[in-house]
Amino acid sequence: MTHILLRHRDIPDIHKLDVYQKNGGFAAFKKCVTEMKPEDVTNVVKASVLRGRGGAGFPTGMKWSFMDRNNWPHYVVANADESEPGTFKDREIMERNPFQFLEGVAIASYAVGANAAYVYLRGEFWQAAHFLDERIAEMEEAGLLGENIFGKDYSLKIYTHLGAGAYICGEETAMLESLEGKLGQPRIRPPFPPSYGLYGKPTVVNNVETLTNVPMIIANGAEWYKSMGTADSPGNKIFSLSGRVKQPGNYELPLGTTFRELIYGQGGGIIDDRPVRAIMAAGASSSVIVADDKALDTPMDYASVRTLGADLGSASVIVIDDTVSLDWVVNKTIHFFKHESCGKCTPCREGNYWMQHLTERIHSGQSTQADVDLLYTVAKQMQGKCLCALGEFATMAVVTGIERFPNDFKSAVRS
Amino acid sequence: MANEVTLTIDERQVTVPAGTLVVDAAKKIGIDIPVFCYHPKMEPAGMCRMCLVEIGRPMIDRATGQPVLDENGQPKISWMPKLETACTNKVEPGMVVKTQLTSAKAKDGQNATVEFLLTSHPLDCPICDKGGECPLQNLTMAHGPGKSRFLYDDKIHLAKRVPLGDLIFLDRERCIQCARCVRFQSDVASEPVIGFYNRGRSLEIVSFSDPGFDSVFSGNTSDVCPVGALTTADFRFGARPWELDASASICTQCPVGCNVTLNTRREAKAGGQIVIKRVMPRQNEQVNEIWLCDKGRFAYHYTESEKRLTRPLVRKDDKLSRASWSTALTRAAEGLTANKKNFVVLASGRLANEDLYNLKSLAEGMGGQALLYSDMGGGELTALAGVSEGTNLGALGKGDAVLVVASDLYEEAPIWWLRVKQAADRGATLIVVNPRETKLDKFAKFVIRYSYGDEVTAVEGLNGKGKIAEAFAQARNAVVLFGSEGLGLEGSSALAAACAKLLSNTNHVGRPNNGLIGVWPRVNDQGAFELGFQPVTDLAAELKGKAVYIVAADPAGDDPALAKALKSAKFVVVQDILETATTELADVVLPAQAYTEREGTYTSGERRVQRFYPAVPPRGDIRPDFAIIAQLAREMGYILEGTSASLVFDLLTESVESFRGLNYAKLAEVAEQWPIVGRNDLYYGGTTYENKQGLGAHLSSAAGRGQAVKLPAVRSVKSLRPKEDELLAVPVTRLYDMGVTVVDSELLANRIGEATVVLHPSTAEKLGVEAGDVVKLNLNGGQAEVRARIDESISAGVVLVPRSFGLALREPSAVGLKSRAKVKA
Amino acid sequence: MSLAEKYPKEVKQILAKYPPEHKRSAVMPLLYLAQREEGYVNKAAMQDIASLLDLTETEVASIVGFYTLYHDKKEGKYRMQVCTDLPCALRGADQFLENLCGNLGIKVGETTPDGLVTIEAVMCLAACDKAPMFQVQSGDGLEYHENMTVDKTLELIETLRKSRQEVKE
Repeated sequence: MTHILLRHRDIPDIHKLDVYQKNGGFAAFKKCVTEMKPEDVTNVVKASVLRGRGGAGFPTGMKWSFMDRNNWPHYVVANADESEPGTFKDREIMERNPFQFLEGVAIASYAVGANAAYVYLRGEFWQAAHFLDERIAEMEEAGLLGENIFGKDYSLKIYTHLGAGAYICGEETAMLESLEGKLGQPRIRPPFPPSYGLYGKPTVVNNVETLTNVPMIIANGAEWYKSMGTADSPGNKIFSLSGRVKQPGNYELPLGTTFRELIYGQGGGIIDDRPVRAIMAAGASSSVIVADDKALDTPMDYASVRTLGADLGSASVIVIDDTVSLDWVVNKTIHFFKHESCGKCTPCREGNYWMQHLTERIHSGQSTQADVDLLYTVAKQMQGKCLCALGEFATMAVVTGIERFPNDFKSAVRS
Repeated sequence: MANEVTLTIDERQVTVPAGTLVVDAAKKIGIDIPVFCYHPKMEPAGMCRMCLVEIGRPMIDRATGQPVLDENGQPKISWMPKLETACTNKVEPGMVVKTQLTSAKAKDGQNATVEFLLTSHPLDCPICDKGGECPLQNLTMAHGPGKSRFLYDDKIHLAKRVPLGDLIFLDRERCIQCARCVRFQSDVASEPVIGFYNRGRSLEIVSFSDPGFDSVFSGNTSDVCPVGALTTADFRFGARPWELDASASICTQCPVGCNVTLNTRREAKAGGQIVIKRVMPRQNEQVNEIWLCDKGRFAYHYTESEKRLTRPLVRKDDKLSRASWSTALTRAAEGLTANKKNFVVLASGRLANEDLYNLKSLAEGMGGQALLYSDMGGGELTALAGVSEGTNLGALGKGDAVLVVASDLYEEAPIWWLRVKQAADRGATLIVVNPRETKLDKFAKFVIRYSYGDEVTAVEGLNGKGKIAEAFAQARNAVVLFGSEGLGLEGSSALAAACAKLLSNTNHVGRPNNGLIGVWPRVNDQGAFELGFQPVTDLAAELKGKAVYIVAADPAGDDPALAKALKSAKFVVVQDILETATTELADVVLPAQAYTEREGTYTSGERRVQRFYPAVPPRGDIRPDFAIIAQLAREMGYILEGTSASLVFDLLTESVESFRGLNYAKLAEVAEQWPIVGRNDLYYGGTTYENKQGLGAHLSSAAGRGQAVKLPAVRSVKSLRPKEDELLAVPVTRLYDMGVTVVDSELLANRIGEATVVLHPSTAEKLGVEAGDVVKLNLNGGQAEVRARIDESISAGVVLVPRSFGLALREPSAVGLKSRAKVKA
Repeated sequence: MSLAEKYPKEVKQILAKYPPEHKRSAVMPLLYLAQREEGYVNKAAMQDIASLLDLTETEVASIVGFYTLYHDKKEGKYRMQVCTDLPCALRGADQFLENLCGNLGIKVGETTPDGLVTIEAVMCLAACDKAPMFQVQSGDGLEYHENMTVDKTLELIETLRKSRQEVKE
């Protein structure tokens, strides 16, 4: 199939400005600036029903239309903090198809009237940031950024900003705090960034993959976009496939592709052809899906995955076979969340610390079933009480792991 | 009213202003939703998750915009699936809230938070300073699980004695990461010198400032800390809160007049005496809100000094020896009466209104003078054009202006600094007019820099055109705070006149929130001026050859010239609480009670009269000042009231117009204040005391009474021109100095440090002086060796000399200064 | 020498990225700059950054404390940060780390005796399809090394050792 996001797989050297332009690059941005009013751009994106690819799946055009028109300046922040265990799609986009992403940033900025946009990359993407800096410089030289772009009264600067190792900064308000030079701790919401964002100004925060869709939507129209994927979740999605599969990697597929197609059709099946036991569709933040035939044949779109008692999230599909036990998996995810809890709210800070003691003890075989029950209650006790989603995410694998794979825990503890 | 919202909390309807938070709305009707991170003086953070409640909102029909009604015609309520924090949700019309009192779900949620907090919190309540006034302890006792599900062996063990600075200690185990202290320092005090380090369960409070926790407001963090994580070096392991008695008092360290509570206890360590264990803020939203500066909190120890005078002394064979009160009073009366024609009273603003009134009456009766011991003048103008009834710095904001001139408020009156800064935060136009940079500058809309000596010109310049002048003139309300930075009596008096004139010219007198405020060196200087005391320029000349009655002042200790003058006085009676260089020169010494041992009133710089009450028994055979004065007067043939402070006050209000209508009962009146603090729910406002003993009352001003205000002409002050080899030395005030009310506090020893003089870099270069060098200063014929500091914000040719550091500089003077020959290593 | 004296061009470039009234935003890039020479942020650099941005030292220190890529202590010249998070662990990362440490004779968190390499276990680095993998953090920045084996890693360490010697000579 033809890629619309991972276009470097079809077009060699698309990371070069001339190649990108030869393949229609920046025509969409030019069309926006020279022929369209900002609100028309937003309306096209709205009509495309593009949903945010960072995990929450919120309609992008709607988000743009929420920008407070009585408070200026406006900002666009691209969320390139890609930190969910199992997610590695944004990095590939930025390193291989950078201009399409940057064009998306530019179009979003034009649509919401921003003259400055920041790309917030996780600190580990040091190389990607430097690569983007060079691409941005090339765009400036070519007059695609700066003052009076395309001879019109529109100016835009794009800056990269490196984080420094904090998963929580992927949460949009924590990211804004971090970008302001503060601890990356989430803010109370509401207010949401479109009314109170960077420096207290209206701000759109979009994921890299989301923004990379935008030039194609403008170039080809909303109807074209809706012809892909499902009605509820149109378009293509990059699925990051990892874990116990033969061919892990990014796969750009229409939303609604089944798990079976991803794991067996694209990913080549399970290592050593062992049986698949469990799937985590949203990285470490997933509810664990029991990988039976029903699940494998479920289409991967936002609504269908929910019928399995899970979420598609960022579509970071971690595949678990019968060589691993869920008590080990949960111990891994809790180590992660305990390490990444920012400490701002009590249930997340203390709950993860507590759960880690329990998962560690259970996994090392020093527990009884009472500890498993306690772990389950602690996770339940955290739910619905945290300041941001991180604390909630931490409980997902614990609760569903114990509920759906009770024997894994039974065999881990002393009877 | 349009701006009010009606909602239902626990089945009770309540109407509150729009914008009120649910937690505050509940508090107003007596429902305590427990909180840890929320504090009514700070922006909500929503982080501790203690105040979880159920919130329902009326369903709205999208088509009509009207509420959807149920079969009974009542609005249908849509309940949020998750519990919400009462501290981050504002009230909405028709909102329904169920707290822990009516919702099992809310109660479970709150219990969950307590259990989470206890997983890391130690169980050392029996030895914790906060034990007995700790919300976490109270909540645990009330609702906590009976048994810990968290394995005790898993408990985190962390450092329990981390000094954040000299004054505040952190117990890392007890900290519940609510960030109240961090947010107080950054949001309230604008001094973010403590912060979080690390993250998650490893979050800890740190200070990287030098010195540690470098803020004069640090003590407040121990009040707002909802657990025993932050304790003061003063009170740490000092006593258990429930053993303490509480007495209302007024801080005596500066003219702000902060309301305080003195906590006392009888203890073996103090030889069975009742002693002060700590000073706590007492709420007065119009004065200090619920805050206190560290000087006020930690420098009270002087009343328990070993230098306290405990019995009368009479000079015999050129030596002071103990005497009975009757002998001493008789001796004093004889000596003063014998020199009746040359009788002078010299008193300071450390005295209460009642003392000063009796002194003034005595001086008038004898036909003598009543002199105020002060190097700052202009008080007759604050009595005329000062702020009066209805004034509250906390009410100033957008559209108002505050002008601060010749004063480093942070050093001279920290709580005023805070209140003025907050007025600027709220949008008031702050104009700072000062010869050097101060900590107030960065909050000012306009900063005017002038050379020392040009104060009056700088203020007069604001009468004309220009955007600063216009901003001041057009302000709805305007307040001027003037100080004595670099000034003596003459200069400060002229400055006061210029400020009064500016206020009068711009119609900023005689109305609430308008007028002049003097940043006086002492707690009751304003009261002394109101009662007619006046300082004199050449004090030495006034003392020479006179019979002098000195009360609460140490002129001999402050200035060798005054000591010399006193030596040639005919007869000297000194009344004080401490031994001083002046008592050494006395013929009779009369020992007085400290403010902690008696009652009385002080008049603050904002002209608010406030009562203080006895907290500890008198140390020795000592009496209150007003009583001693009356007893002495009787010996001299005058009848003054001396039995009760309240009766003296009644007489005072009859004869002094600005006090008219006031009495002790009126000063003891209280009204409901917001936020509600100091009740059983200590978590809400912290351990600040509720004010049950009186908010005090404002004096009226001549302008406020509708009398014509006749302002004196502004005198021009001759500016000094130092010679080629001289510098212009100017006196400046430092918060922590060697004054008698501070120096006995061991805790503050590091903050007091040593005397330093300040030079401009170019002056320093010319003299061959580097920062930290010791220099020789020729002052009033004497020579002192002090360390030098460099500050590029002052003008060249000037040397700043700190007051109350043993360097006698009472007004700007030309001085010689040399670099001390550097010792070779 | 202060940061602004040492790296005038970089400091200027960094400050230019943010609105002047929000220069606090520059604290993170400036901290990376401060880490360039020694691989950690010392107190003098914190003071420097605080005065450049009108912050208190405590505010700057808080940032160092919160984010894992800033360090307040000197460790090996190169920090080899191996991802052992769930997806990598499903592809042998734990075993890789254990073998690597065994070969180097040090434990996780320790530094080779010559001060060249510190081995650390870290959370997900967004390279889950290329496990085992690690990043190398040094004053010069960060570099990813993917689809690694212990042998390839030991070779890399040898290369790093040689290049350090060359710099010294």
